[in-house]
Amino acid sequence: MLRLIQLELQKLWLNKVSRALIFVSFILPFTVLVLSSIKINFFGFFTLELGELGIFNFPIIWHITTFFASYFKFFFAIVVVSMIGNEYSNKTLKQNLIDGLSKKEFILSKFYTIVFFSLCATLLIGLATFFIGMYYSSYTEASIVVREIEFLLAYFVKLVGFFSLCLFFGMLVKRSAFALAFLVVLYIVEWLVFWGAYEIFGNGDDAFKVKNVMPLESMYKLIDQPIQRIVMTKFPEKTEMAYDYAVHWYEIVIVVGWSALFIFLSYRLLKKRDL
Amino acid sequence: MEPILTIKNLTKKFGYLTAVKDLSFTINKGNVYGILGPNGSGKSTTLGIVLNVVNKTSGEFLWFDGNTSTHDALKQVGAIIERPNFYPYMTAEQNLKLVCKIKGVDHSKIAEKLEIVGLLDRKNHKFKTYSLGMKQRLAIASALLNDPEILILDEPTNGLDPQGIHQIRQIIKDIAANGTTILLASHLLDEVEKVCSHVVVLRKGEKLYSGRVDEMINSHGFFELKCEKHDELVNLLETHPNFSKVKVEGELITGFLAEPMSAPEFNKVMFDKGIVLSHLVKRKESLEEQFLQLTDNLESNQKTA
Repeated sequence: MLRLIQLELQKLWLNKVSRALIFVSFILPFTVLVLSSIKINFFGFFTLELGELGIFNFPIIWHITTFFASYFKFFFAIVVVSMIGNEYSNKTLKQNLIDGLSKKEFILSKFYTIVFFSLCATLLIGLATFFIGMYYSSYTEASIVVREIEFLLAYFVKLVGFFSLCLFFGMLVKRSAFALAFLVVLYIVEWLVFWGAYEIFGNGDDAFKVKNVMPLESMYKLIDQPIQRIVMTKFPEKTEMAYDYAVHWYEIVIVVGWSALFIFLSYRLLKKRDL
Repeated sequence: MEPILTIKNLTKKFGYLTAVKDLSFTINKGNVYGILGPNGSGKSTTLGIVLNVVNKTSGEFLWFDGNTSTHDALKQVGAIIERPNFYPYMTAEQNLKLVCKIKGVDHSKIAEKLEIVGLLDRKNHKFKTYSLGMKQRLAIASALLNDPEILILDEPTNGLDPQGIHQIRQIIKDIAANGTTILLASHLLDEVEKVCSHVVVLRKGEKLYSGRVDEMINSHGFFELKCEKHDELVNLLETHPNFSKVKVEGELITGFLAEPMSAPEFNKVMFDKGIVLSHLVKRKESLEEQFLQLTDNLESNQKTA
Protein backbone atom coordinates (compact mmCIF):
# COMPACT_ATOMS: atom_id res chain seq x y z
CA MET A 1 0.00 0.00 0.00
CA LEU A 2 2.81 2.37 0.89
CA ARG A 3 4.50 1.55 -2.41
CA LEU A 4 1.37 2.47 -4.35
CA ILE A 5 0.95 5.78 -2.53
CA GLN A 6 4.62 6.61 -3.06
CA LEU A 7 4.25 5.90 -6.76
CA GLU A 8 1.32 8.25 -7.15
CA LEU A 9 2.80 10.95 -4.94
CA GLN A 10 5.94 11.00 -7.05
CA LYS A 11 3.85 11.42 -10.19
CA LEU A 12 1.91 14.29 -8.62
CA TRP A 13 4.66 16.01 -6.75
CA LEU A 14 7.05 16.33 -9.69
CA ASN A 15 4.32 17.87 -11.84
CA LYS A 16 4.33 21.63 -11.34
CA VAL A 17 0.64 22.18 -12.04
CA SER A 18 -0.64 19.48 -9.73
CA ARG A 19 1.83 20.49 -7.04
CA ALA A 20 0.51 24.05 -7.22
CA LEU A 21 -3.10 22.87 -7.10
CA ILE A 22 -2.44 20.62 -4.12
CA PHE A 23 -0.82 23.54 -2.38
CA VAL A 24 -3.76 25.79 -3.12
CA SER A 25 -6.30 23.24 -1.98
CA PHE A 26 -4.50 22.90 1.35
CA ILE A 27 -3.45 26.46 1.96
CA LEU A 28 -6.45 28.41 0.68
CA PRO A 29 -9.14 27.09 3.06
CA PHE A 30 -6.64 27.38 5.86
CA THR A 31 -5.86 31.00 4.99
CA VAL A 32 -9.51 31.94 4.60
CA LEU A 33 -10.19 30.38 7.95
CA VAL A 34 -7.40 32.28 9.65
CA LEU A 35 -8.24 35.58 7.91
CA SER A 36 -11.88 35.34 8.85
CA SER A 37 -10.95 34.79 12.46
CA ILE A 38 -8.92 37.99 12.80
CA LYS A 39 -10.36 41.39 13.40
CA ILE A 40 -10.61 43.40 10.19
CA ASN A 41 -10.65 47.16 10.49
CA PHE A 42 -12.22 48.89 7.50
CA PHE A 43 -10.20 52.16 7.56
CA GLY A 44 -11.62 53.13 10.91
CA PHE A 45 -15.25 53.24 9.68
CA PHE A 46 -16.19 49.98 11.33
CA THR A 47 -14.54 46.80 12.43
CA LEU A 48 -15.64 43.41 11.22
CA GLU A 49 -15.01 40.61 13.61
CA LEU A 50 -16.71 37.42 12.62
CA GLY A 51 -15.74 35.92 15.95
CA GLU A 52 -18.26 38.18 17.68
CA LEU A 53 -21.12 36.72 15.66
CA GLY A 54 -20.66 33.56 17.66
CA ILE A 55 -19.83 31.43 14.65
CA PHE A 56 -16.54 30.37 16.22
CA ASN A 57 -18.27 28.87 19.21
CA PHE A 58 -18.09 25.17 19.85
CA PRO A 59 -19.87 23.11 18.64
CA ILE A 60 -21.25 25.15 15.68
CA ILE A 61 -17.71 25.92 14.47
CA TRP A 62 -17.27 22.28 13.34
CA HIS A 63 -20.30 22.66 11.14
CA ILE A 64 -19.29 26.02 9.66
CA THR A 65 -15.63 25.31 8.88
CA THR A 66 -16.27 21.91 7.29
CA PHE A 67 -19.11 23.33 5.19
CA PHE A 68 -17.08 26.20 3.76
CA ALA A 69 -13.80 24.29 3.50
CA SER A 70 -15.49 21.64 1.36
CA TYR A 71 -15.90 24.19 -1.47
CA PHE A 72 -12.13 24.14 -1.93
CA LYS A 73 -12.32 20.47 -2.91
CA PHE A 74 -12.66 21.58 -6.53
CA PHE A 75 -8.95 22.36 -6.69
CA PHE A 76 -8.00 18.82 -5.81
CA ALA A 77 -10.78 17.52 -8.07
CA ILE A 78 -8.85 19.05 -10.98
CA VAL A 79 -5.78 17.17 -9.78
CA VAL A 80 -7.74 13.91 -9.63
CA VAL A 81 -9.14 14.13 -13.15
CA SER A 82 -5.82 15.28 -14.58
CA MET A 83 -3.95 12.45 -12.89
CA ILE A 84 -6.07 10.08 -14.96
CA GLY A 85 -6.14 12.25 -18.09
CA ASN A 86 -2.35 12.62 -18.09
CA GLU A 87 -1.80 8.87 -17.79
CA TYR A 88 -3.87 8.43 -20.93
CA SER A 89 -2.43 11.32 -22.92
CA ASN A 90 1.19 10.43 -22.05
CA LYS A 91 0.35 6.76 -22.62
CA THR A 92 2.10 6.09 -19.34
CA LEU A 93 -0.85 4.01 -18.16
CA LYS A 94 0.04 1.44 -20.81
CA GLN A 95 3.72 1.66 -19.89
CA ASN A 96 2.95 1.26 -16.17
CA LEU A 97 1.00 -1.92 -16.90
CA ILE A 98 3.75 -3.29 -19.14
CA ASP A 99 6.31 -2.52 -16.44
CA GLY A 100 4.41 -4.83 -14.12
CA LEU A 101 1.76 -2.79 -12.33
CA SER A 102 -1.55 -4.66 -12.37
CA LYS A 103 -4.75 -2.88 -13.34
CA LYS A 104 -6.00 -3.36 -9.80
CA GLU A 105 -2.85 -1.81 -8.36
CA PHE A 106 -3.19 1.12 -10.74
CA ILE A 107 -6.70 1.98 -9.54
CA LEU A 108 -5.73 1.32 -5.92
CA SER A 109 -2.75 3.68 -6.14
CA LYS A 110 -5.12 6.43 -7.28
CA PHE A 111 -7.69 5.57 -4.62
CA TYR A 112 -5.17 5.39 -1.77
CA THR A 113 -3.87 8.79 -2.82
CA ILE A 114 -7.42 10.18 -2.69
CA VAL A 115 -7.91 8.74 0.79
CA PHE A 116 -4.50 9.99 1.89
CA PHE A 117 -5.24 13.49 0.63
CA SER A 118 -8.72 13.56 2.18
CA LEU A 119 -7.24 12.44 5.47
CA CYS A 120 -4.62 15.21 5.40
CA ALA A 121 -7.25 17.81 4.51
CA THR A 122 -9.53 16.60 7.31
CA LEU A 123 -6.72 16.64 9.88
CA LEU A 124 -5.66 20.12 8.83
CA ILE A 125 -9.17 21.54 9.00
CA GLY A 126 -9.72 19.69 12.27
CA LEU A 127 -6.63 21.18 13.89
CA ALA A 128 -7.28 24.69 12.57
CA THR A 129 -10.88 24.58 13.76
CA PHE A 130 -9.80 23.29 17.15
CA PHE A 131 -7.30 26.09 17.73
CA ILE A 132 -9.55 28.88 16.44
CA GLY A 133 -12.38 27.48 18.52
CA MET A 134 -10.23 27.32 21.64
CA TYR A 135 -9.30 30.96 21.09
CA TYR A 136 -12.75 32.39 20.35
CA SER A 137 -15.30 30.01 21.77
CA SER A 138 -17.21 31.02 24.85
CA TYR A 139 -17.35 27.41 25.95
CA THR A 140 -14.20 25.28 26.03
CA GLU A 141 -15.36 22.38 28.18
CA ALA A 142 -14.21 19.08 26.68
CA SER A 143 -17.75 17.75 26.41
CA ILE A 144 -18.86 20.75 24.33
CA VAL A 145 -15.69 20.83 22.22
CA VAL A 146 -16.07 17.27 21.02
CA ARG A 147 -19.82 17.59 20.44
CA GLU A 148 -20.69 17.49 16.72
CA ILE A 149 -17.14 16.47 15.90
CA GLU A 150 -18.85 14.00 13.52
CA PHE A 151 -18.85 16.87 11.00
CA LEU A 152 -15.16 16.05 10.52
CA LEU A 153 -16.04 12.46 9.64
CA ALA A 154 -18.72 13.75 7.27
CA TYR A 155 -16.15 16.08 5.70
CA PHE A 156 -13.73 13.18 5.16
CA VAL A 157 -16.41 10.94 3.64
CA LYS A 158 -17.60 13.81 1.46
CA LEU A 159 -14.10 14.40 0.06
CA VAL A 160 -13.46 10.70 -0.61
CA GLY A 161 -16.85 10.38 -2.28
CA PHE A 162 -16.41 13.42 -4.49
CA PHE A 163 -12.88 12.49 -5.58
CA SER A 164 -13.97 8.90 -6.29
CA LEU A 165 -16.63 10.33 -8.57
CA CYS A 166 -13.98 12.46 -10.32
CA LEU A 167 -11.74 9.39 -10.64
CA PHE A 168 -14.54 7.47 -12.29
CA PHE A 169 -15.33 10.31 -14.71
CA GLY A 170 -11.63 10.59 -15.50
CA MET A 171 -11.45 6.88 -16.31
CA LEU A 172 -14.66 7.09 -18.31
CA VAL A 173 -13.76 9.94 -20.66
CA LYS A 174 -9.93 9.88 -20.39
CA ARG A 175 -9.76 13.68 -20.78
CA SER A 176 -9.50 16.01 -17.78
CA ALA A 177 -11.61 18.83 -19.20
CA PHE A 178 -14.43 16.55 -20.35
CA ALA A 179 -14.44 14.81 -16.98
CA LEU A 180 -15.04 18.12 -15.24
CA ALA A 181 -17.79 18.91 -17.73
CA PHE A 182 -19.38 15.60 -16.80
CA LEU A 183 -19.70 16.85 -13.21
CA VAL A 184 -21.86 19.71 -14.48
CA VAL A 185 -23.85 17.27 -16.60
CA LEU A 186 -24.43 15.07 -13.56
CA TYR A 187 -25.57 18.12 -11.58
CA ILE A 188 -28.16 18.87 -14.27
CA VAL A 189 -29.19 15.21 -14.48
CA GLU A 190 -29.86 15.18 -10.73
CA TRP A 191 -32.18 18.14 -11.11
CA LEU A 192 -33.92 16.39 -14.01
CA VAL A 193 -34.40 13.37 -11.77
CA PHE A 194 -35.83 15.69 -9.12
CA TRP A 195 -38.21 17.15 -11.71
CA GLY A 196 -39.22 13.68 -12.86
CA ALA A 197 -39.84 12.59 -9.25
CA TYR A 198 -41.86 15.75 -8.66
CA GLU A 199 -44.07 14.89 -11.62
CA ILE A 200 -44.62 11.39 -10.24
CA PHE A 201 -45.13 12.12 -6.53
CA GLY A 202 -46.69 15.52 -6.96
CA ASN A 203 -44.86 17.11 -4.02
CA GLY A 204 -41.41 18.52 -3.38
CA ASP A 205 -40.71 16.60 -0.18
CA ASP A 206 -40.83 13.17 -1.78
CA ALA A 207 -38.95 14.42 -4.83
CA PHE A 208 -36.18 15.69 -2.55
CA LYS A 209 -36.02 12.28 -0.90
CA VAL A 210 -35.23 10.78 -4.31
CA LYS A 211 -32.68 13.46 -5.11
CA ASN A 212 -31.00 12.91 -1.74
CA VAL A 213 -29.71 9.52 -2.78
CA MET A 214 -28.16 10.83 -6.02
CA PRO A 215 -24.34 11.08 -5.92
CA LEU A 216 -23.79 14.85 -5.84
CA GLU A 217 -26.81 15.65 -3.67
CA SER A 218 -25.99 12.90 -1.16
CA MET A 219 -22.49 14.35 -0.78
CA TYR A 220 -23.91 17.85 -0.36
CA LYS A 221 -26.46 16.64 2.18
CA LEU A 222 -23.73 15.23 4.41
CA ILE A 223 -23.01 18.73 5.67
CA ASP A 224 -26.13 20.89 5.38
CA GLN A 225 -25.75 24.65 4.93
CA PRO A 226 -25.11 26.32 8.29
CA ILE A 227 -26.44 29.82 7.44
CA GLN A 228 -29.93 29.06 8.66
CA ARG A 229 -28.46 27.66 11.85
CA ILE A 230 -26.44 30.81 12.48
CA VAL A 231 -29.61 32.88 12.04
CA MET A 232 -31.37 30.51 14.41
CA THR A 233 -28.84 31.14 17.15
CA LYS A 234 -29.59 34.85 16.84
CA PHE A 235 -33.35 34.47 16.83
CA PRO A 236 -34.09 31.37 18.90
CA GLU A 237 -37.77 32.31 19.15
CA LYS A 238 -38.41 31.74 15.41
CA THR A 239 -39.12 28.02 15.63
CA GLU A 240 -40.30 27.74 12.00
CA MET A 241 -36.64 28.24 10.99
CA ALA A 242 -35.64 24.94 12.63
CA TYR A 243 -34.28 22.29 10.28
CA ASP A 244 -32.41 19.02 10.44
CA TYR A 245 -28.73 19.80 10.01
CA ALA A 246 -27.24 16.78 11.80
CA VAL A 247 -24.99 14.21 10.17
CA HIS A 248 -26.99 11.00 9.89
CA TRP A 249 -25.54 7.52 9.65
CA TYR A 250 -27.59 6.72 6.55
CA GLU A 251 -26.20 9.80 4.78
CA ILE A 252 -22.71 8.48 5.40
CA VAL A 253 -23.69 4.99 4.24
CA ILE A 254 -25.08 6.36 0.95
CA VAL A 255 -21.91 8.29 0.13
CA VAL A 256 -19.63 5.42 1.14
CA GLY A 257 -21.75 3.19 -1.10
CA TRP A 258 -21.36 5.57 -4.05
CA SER A 259 -17.58 5.78 -3.48
CA ALA A 260 -17.26 2.00 -3.46
CA LEU A 261 -19.34 1.77 -6.62
CA PHE A 262 -17.29 4.43 -8.44
CA ILE A 263 -13.99 2.77 -7.56
CA PHE A 264 -15.33 -0.63 -8.58
CA LEU A 265 -16.67 0.75 -11.88
CA SER A 266 -13.33 2.46 -12.59
CA TYR A 267 -11.61 -0.88 -12.14
CA ARG A 268 -14.13 -2.67 -14.34
CA LEU A 269 -13.71 -0.05 -17.05
CA LEU A 270 -9.94 -0.39 -17.02
CA LYS A 271 -10.11 -4.18 -16.95
CA LYS A 272 -12.39 -4.37 -19.99
CA ARG A 273 -10.51 -1.78 -21.97
CA ASP A 274 -7.88 -2.57 -24.62
CA LEU A 275 -5.11 -0.03 -24.34
CA MET B 1 14.93 -26.17 -23.98
CA GLU B 2 13.48 -23.89 -21.34
CA PRO B 3 10.33 -22.14 -22.53
CA ILE B 4 9.90 -18.45 -21.71
CA LEU B 5 6.59 -17.82 -23.40
CA THR B 6 4.09 -20.30 -24.80
CA ILE B 7 1.17 -19.07 -26.88
CA LYS B 8 -1.66 -21.50 -27.61
CA ASN B 9 -4.51 -20.86 -30.06
CA LEU B 10 -4.58 -17.17 -29.22
CA THR B 11 -7.39 -15.19 -30.87
CA LYS B 12 -8.28 -11.52 -30.61
CA LYS B 13 -11.29 -9.94 -32.24
CA PHE B 14 -11.99 -6.21 -32.43
CA GLY B 15 -15.66 -6.30 -33.33
CA TYR B 16 -15.85 -7.99 -36.72
CA LEU B 17 -12.14 -7.68 -37.34
CA THR B 18 -9.99 -10.61 -36.29
CA ALA B 19 -6.60 -9.14 -35.45
CA VAL B 20 -5.01 -12.39 -34.26
CA LYS B 21 -6.30 -15.73 -35.43
CA ASP B 22 -5.58 -19.02 -33.67
CA LEU B 23 -1.92 -18.18 -33.13
CA SER B 24 0.44 -20.64 -31.46
CA PHE B 25 4.20 -20.52 -30.96
CA THR B 26 6.81 -20.93 -28.26
CA ILE B 27 9.71 -18.70 -27.29
CA ASN B 28 12.66 -20.57 -25.82
CA LYS B 29 15.42 -19.22 -23.65
CA GLY B 30 18.53 -17.79 -25.23
CA ASN B 31 17.34 -17.18 -28.79
CA VAL B 32 16.63 -13.96 -30.61
CA TYR B 33 13.14 -14.12 -32.08
CA GLY B 34 11.60 -11.91 -34.70
CA ILE B 35 7.92 -11.40 -35.32
CA LEU B 36 7.68 -10.37 -38.93
CA GLY B 37 4.68 -9.07 -40.75
CA PRO B 38 3.37 -6.08 -42.63
CA ASN B 39 1.60 -3.27 -40.79
CA GLY B 40 -1.68 -4.45 -39.33
CA SER B 41 -0.73 -8.11 -39.28
CA GLY B 42 -1.35 -8.46 -35.54
CA LYS B 43 2.20 -8.13 -34.18
CA SER B 44 1.49 -5.39 -31.68
CA THR B 45 -1.84 -6.92 -30.68
CA THR B 46 -0.12 -10.23 -29.90
CA LEU B 47 2.50 -8.48 -27.79
CA GLY B 48 -0.21 -6.37 -26.14
CA ILE B 49 -2.06 -9.51 -25.08
CA VAL B 50 0.93 -11.21 -23.49
CA LEU B 51 1.85 -7.93 -21.79
CA ASN B 52 -1.56 -7.62 -20.20
CA VAL B 53 -2.73 -4.41 -21.89
CA VAL B 54 -5.03 -6.02 -24.47
CA ASN B 55 -7.68 -8.56 -23.46
CA LYS B 56 -7.65 -11.82 -25.43
CA THR B 57 -10.84 -13.19 -26.98
CA SER B 58 -9.88 -16.85 -26.64
CA GLY B 59 -6.86 -19.14 -26.33
CA GLU B 60 -4.14 -18.87 -23.71
CA PHE B 61 -0.58 -17.83 -23.09
CA LEU B 62 1.81 -19.02 -20.39
CA TRP B 63 4.82 -17.23 -19.05
CA PHE B 64 7.84 -19.35 -18.12
CA ASP B 65 6.82 -22.76 -16.73
CA GLY B 66 3.15 -21.81 -16.63
CA ASN B 67 2.99 -21.48 -12.84
CA THR B 68 3.77 -17.76 -12.81
CA SER B 69 0.92 -15.24 -12.94
CA THR B 70 1.16 -12.65 -15.72
CA HIS B 71 1.46 -9.92 -13.10
CA ASP B 72 4.53 -11.54 -11.50
CA ALA B 73 5.97 -12.61 -14.85
CA LEU B 74 5.96 -9.05 -16.16
CA LYS B 75 8.37 -8.09 -13.40
CA GLN B 76 10.91 -10.39 -15.10
CA VAL B 77 10.18 -9.00 -18.54
CA GLY B 78 11.43 -5.83 -20.16
CA ALA B 79 9.24 -4.40 -22.88
CA ILE B 80 8.97 -1.41 -25.17
CA ILE B 81 5.80 -0.99 -27.16
CA GLU B 82 5.58 1.49 -30.04
CA ARG B 83 6.70 4.92 -28.92
CA PRO B 84 8.61 5.47 -25.70
CA ASN B 85 6.13 6.49 -22.99
CA PHE B 86 7.40 8.44 -20.00
CA TYR B 87 6.31 11.36 -17.87
CA PRO B 88 7.48 14.42 -19.85
CA TYR B 89 7.92 16.62 -16.78
CA MET B 90 10.26 14.22 -15.00
CA THR B 91 13.97 13.81 -15.65
CA ALA B 92 15.34 10.55 -17.02
CA GLU B 93 16.48 9.52 -13.56
CA GLN B 94 13.13 10.31 -11.93
CA ASN B 95 11.31 8.35 -14.61
CA LEU B 96 13.55 5.35 -14.04
CA LYS B 97 13.08 5.62 -10.27
CA LEU B 98 9.36 5.33 -10.85
CA VAL B 99 9.87 2.21 -12.98
CA CYS B 100 12.14 0.78 -10.25
CA LYS B 101 9.33 1.28 -7.74
CA ILE B 102 6.82 -0.50 -10.00
CA LYS B 103 9.14 -3.42 -10.66
CA GLY B 104 10.44 -3.59 -7.12
CA VAL B 105 14.07 -3.08 -8.16
CA ASP B 106 16.77 -1.21 -6.27
CA HIS B 107 17.68 2.30 -7.50
CA SER B 108 21.34 1.33 -7.85
CA LYS B 109 20.65 -0.19 -11.28
CA ILE B 110 19.72 3.18 -12.80
CA ALA B 111 23.22 4.51 -13.41
CA GLU B 112 24.41 1.17 -14.78
CA LYS B 113 21.61 0.94 -17.35
CA LEU B 114 21.88 4.59 -18.37
CA GLU B 115 25.55 3.94 -19.03
CA ILE B 116 24.69 1.05 -21.38
CA VAL B 117 22.51 3.26 -23.56
CA GLY B 118 24.85 6.25 -23.29
CA LEU B 119 22.53 8.63 -21.47
CA LEU B 120 24.29 8.89 -18.12
CA ASP B 121 25.41 12.49 -18.70
CA ARG B 122 21.84 13.53 -19.57
CA LYS B 123 20.17 11.86 -16.60
CA ASN B 124 19.11 15.14 -15.00
CA HIS B 125 17.46 16.51 -18.12
CA LYS B 126 13.71 16.36 -18.46
CA PHE B 127 12.26 13.69 -20.72
CA LYS B 128 10.50 16.26 -22.92
CA THR B 129 13.86 17.75 -23.94
CA TYR B 130 15.04 14.43 -25.41
CA SER B 131 15.26 13.63 -29.11
CA LEU B 132 13.33 10.59 -30.38
CA GLY B 133 16.52 8.52 -30.51
CA MET B 134 17.34 9.39 -26.91
CA LYS B 135 13.78 8.65 -25.82
CA GLN B 136 14.00 5.23 -27.44
CA ARG B 137 17.34 4.55 -25.74
CA LEU B 138 15.88 5.62 -22.39
CA ALA B 139 13.05 3.16 -23.01
CA ILE B 140 15.62 0.40 -23.52
CA ALA B 141 17.39 1.39 -20.30
CA SER B 142 14.05 1.28 -18.52
CA ALA B 143 13.26 -2.16 -19.93
CA LEU B 144 16.65 -3.44 -18.76
CA LEU B 145 16.33 -2.18 -15.17
CA ASN B 146 15.21 -5.52 -13.75
CA ASP B 147 17.79 -7.55 -15.73
CA PRO B 148 14.92 -9.21 -17.60
CA GLU B 149 14.78 -12.83 -18.74
CA ILE B 150 13.32 -11.61 -21.99
CA LEU B 151 13.38 -8.26 -23.73
CA ILE B 152 10.39 -7.46 -25.94
CA LEU B 153 10.81 -4.74 -28.53
CA ASP B 154 8.07 -3.54 -30.83
CA GLU B 155 9.39 -1.62 -33.85
CA PRO B 156 12.32 -0.21 -31.87
CA THR B 157 13.82 1.68 -34.80
CA ASN B 158 10.59 3.14 -36.15
CA GLY B 159 10.99 6.81 -37.02
CA LEU B 160 14.68 7.04 -36.15
CA ASP B 161 17.42 8.49 -38.36
CA PRO B 162 20.11 6.12 -39.72
CA GLN B 163 22.46 6.97 -36.87
CA GLY B 164 19.77 6.27 -34.29
CA ILE B 165 18.84 3.01 -36.01
CA HIS B 166 22.45 1.93 -35.94
CA GLN B 167 22.82 2.78 -32.23
CA ILE B 168 19.67 0.88 -31.27
CA ARG B 169 20.67 -2.19 -33.30
CA GLN B 170 24.12 -2.19 -31.73
CA ILE B 171 22.57 -2.06 -28.24
CA ILE B 172 20.23 -4.94 -29.12
CA LYS B 173 23.12 -7.02 -30.41
CA ASP B 174 25.14 -6.34 -27.24
CA ILE B 175 22.21 -7.38 -25.06
CA ALA B 176 21.65 -10.54 -27.12
CA ALA B 177 25.36 -11.38 -26.80
CA ASN B 178 24.88 -11.43 -23.02
CA GLY B 179 22.41 -14.28 -23.40
CA THR B 180 19.18 -12.35 -22.90
CA THR B 181 16.27 -13.72 -24.90
CA ILE B 182 14.91 -11.12 -27.28
CA LEU B 183 11.59 -10.90 -29.06
CA LEU B 184 11.65 -8.27 -31.78
CA ALA B 185 8.55 -7.27 -33.73
CA SER B 186 9.24 -5.50 -36.97
CA HIS B 187 8.03 -4.97 -40.49
CA LEU B 188 11.62 -4.31 -41.58
CA LEU B 189 12.93 -7.55 -43.03
CA ASP B 190 16.60 -6.68 -43.05
CA GLU B 191 16.32 -5.72 -39.38
CA VAL B 192 15.02 -9.16 -38.48
CA GLU B 193 17.56 -10.79 -40.78
CA LYS B 194 20.43 -8.92 -39.17
CA VAL B 195 19.41 -9.52 -35.58
CA CYS B 196 17.28 -12.65 -35.24
CA SER B 197 17.95 -16.37 -35.31
CA HIS B 198 14.29 -17.43 -35.29
CA VAL B 199 11.28 -15.87 -36.89
CA VAL B 200 7.50 -16.00 -36.73
CA VAL B 201 5.86 -14.66 -39.87
CA LEU B 202 2.37 -13.23 -39.52
CA ARG B 203 -0.09 -12.03 -42.10
CA LYS B 204 -3.57 -10.77 -41.26
CA GLY B 205 -3.28 -12.32 -37.81
CA GLU B 206 -2.37 -15.76 -39.08
CA LYS B 207 0.93 -17.56 -38.68
CA LEU B 208 2.59 -18.36 -42.00
CA TYR B 209 5.86 -19.70 -40.70
CA SER B 210 7.73 -20.18 -37.47
CA GLY B 211 11.21 -21.56 -37.12
CA ARG B 212 14.82 -20.70 -37.92
CA VAL B 213 15.42 -17.78 -40.24
CA ASP B 214 17.76 -19.75 -42.50
CA GLU B 215 15.29 -22.61 -42.91
CA MET B 216 12.38 -20.37 -43.73
CA ILE B 217 12.12 -21.56 -47.29
CA ASN B 218 13.21 -24.89 -48.61
CA SER B 219 15.37 -23.35 -51.29
CA HIS B 220 18.62 -24.23 -53.00
CA GLY B 221 19.36 -20.67 -54.06
CA PHE B 222 19.74 -19.27 -57.56
CA PHE B 223 22.35 -18.31 -60.16
CA GLU B 224 22.71 -14.87 -61.67
CA LEU B 225 24.22 -15.24 -65.12
CA LYS B 226 25.40 -13.19 -68.11
CA CYS B 227 26.90 -14.40 -71.37
CA GLU B 228 27.28 -13.64 -75.09
CA LYS B 229 24.96 -16.41 -76.27
CA HIS B 230 21.97 -15.06 -74.42
CA ASP B 231 19.05 -16.94 -76.04
CA GLU B 232 20.92 -20.23 -76.14
CA LEU B 233 21.52 -20.02 -72.40
CA VAL B 234 17.87 -19.25 -71.65
CA ASN B 235 16.75 -22.25 -73.73
CA LEU B 236 19.23 -24.48 -72.02
CA LEU B 237 18.16 -23.45 -68.55
CA GLU B 238 14.50 -23.88 -69.33
CA THR B 239 15.04 -27.49 -70.42
CA HIS B 240 17.56 -28.37 -67.68
CA PRO B 241 15.94 -30.54 -64.96
CA ASN B 242 17.85 -28.82 -62.12
CA PHE B 243 16.12 -25.49 -62.71
CA SER B 244 12.58 -24.71 -61.70
CA LYS B 245 12.22 -21.18 -63.03
CA VAL B 246 14.10 -18.77 -65.28
CA LYS B 247 13.77 -15.03 -65.10
CA VAL B 248 15.25 -12.63 -67.69
CA GLU B 249 15.85 -8.97 -66.95
CA GLY B 250 17.70 -7.41 -69.90
CA GLU B 251 21.20 -8.84 -69.91
CA LEU B 252 20.81 -10.59 -66.58
CA ILE B 253 19.43 -14.11 -66.45
CA THR B 254 18.33 -15.57 -63.12
CA GLY B 255 17.90 -19.33 -62.82
CA PHE B 256 16.26 -20.77 -59.72
CA LEU B 257 17.49 -24.17 -58.60
CA ALA B 258 15.14 -27.08 -57.98
CA GLU B 259 18.01 -29.43 -57.04
CA PRO B 260 21.23 -28.62 -55.19
CA MET B 261 24.02 -27.64 -57.56
CA SER B 262 27.34 -25.91 -56.92
CA ALA B 263 28.71 -23.05 -58.99
CA PRO B 264 31.79 -24.96 -60.34
CA GLU B 265 29.58 -27.91 -61.29
CA PHE B 266 27.21 -25.59 -63.18
CA ASN B 267 30.07 -23.73 -64.84
CA LYS B 268 31.50 -27.04 -66.09
CA VAL B 269 28.16 -28.09 -67.57
CA MET B 270 27.87 -24.76 -69.39
CA PHE B 271 31.42 -24.96 -70.68
CA ASP B 272 30.81 -28.48 -72.01
CA LYS B 273 27.82 -27.15 -73.93
CA GLY B 274 29.98 -24.44 -75.42
CA ILE B 275 28.60 -21.52 -73.43
CA VAL B 276 31.14 -19.23 -71.85
CA LEU B 277 29.74 -17.20 -68.97
CA SER B 278 30.85 -13.62 -68.44
CA HIS B 279 29.09 -13.37 -65.10
CA LEU B 280 28.24 -16.11 -62.57
CA VAL B 281 27.01 -15.56 -59.03
CA LYS B 282 25.31 -18.10 -56.79
CA ARG B 283 23.04 -16.59 -54.16
CA LYS B 284 20.47 -17.55 -51.56
CA GLU B 285 17.25 -15.58 -51.34
CA SER B 286 17.36 -12.74 -48.86
CA LEU B 287 14.75 -12.76 -46.14
CA GLU B 288 12.85 -10.16 -48.10
CA GLU B 289 12.64 -12.37 -51.17
CA GLN B 290 11.76 -15.36 -49.02
CA PHE B 291 9.09 -13.41 -47.23
CA LEU B 292 7.50 -12.20 -50.45
CA GLN B 293 7.67 -15.71 -51.87
CA LEU B 294 6.03 -17.09 -48.75
CA THR B 295 3.19 -14.59 -48.81
CA ASP B 296 2.83 -14.91 -52.61
CA ASN B 297 2.66 -18.69 -52.42
CA LEU B 298 -0.07 -18.49 -49.88
CA GLU B 299 -2.05 -16.05 -51.95
CA SER B 300 -1.81 -18.16 -55.12
CA ASN B 301 -2.70 -21.28 -53.14
CA GLN B 302 -5.77 -19.57 -51.83
CA LYS B 303 -6.74 -18.50 -55.33
CA THR B 304 -6.46 -22.00 -56.77
CA ALA B 305 -8.20 -23.58 -53.81
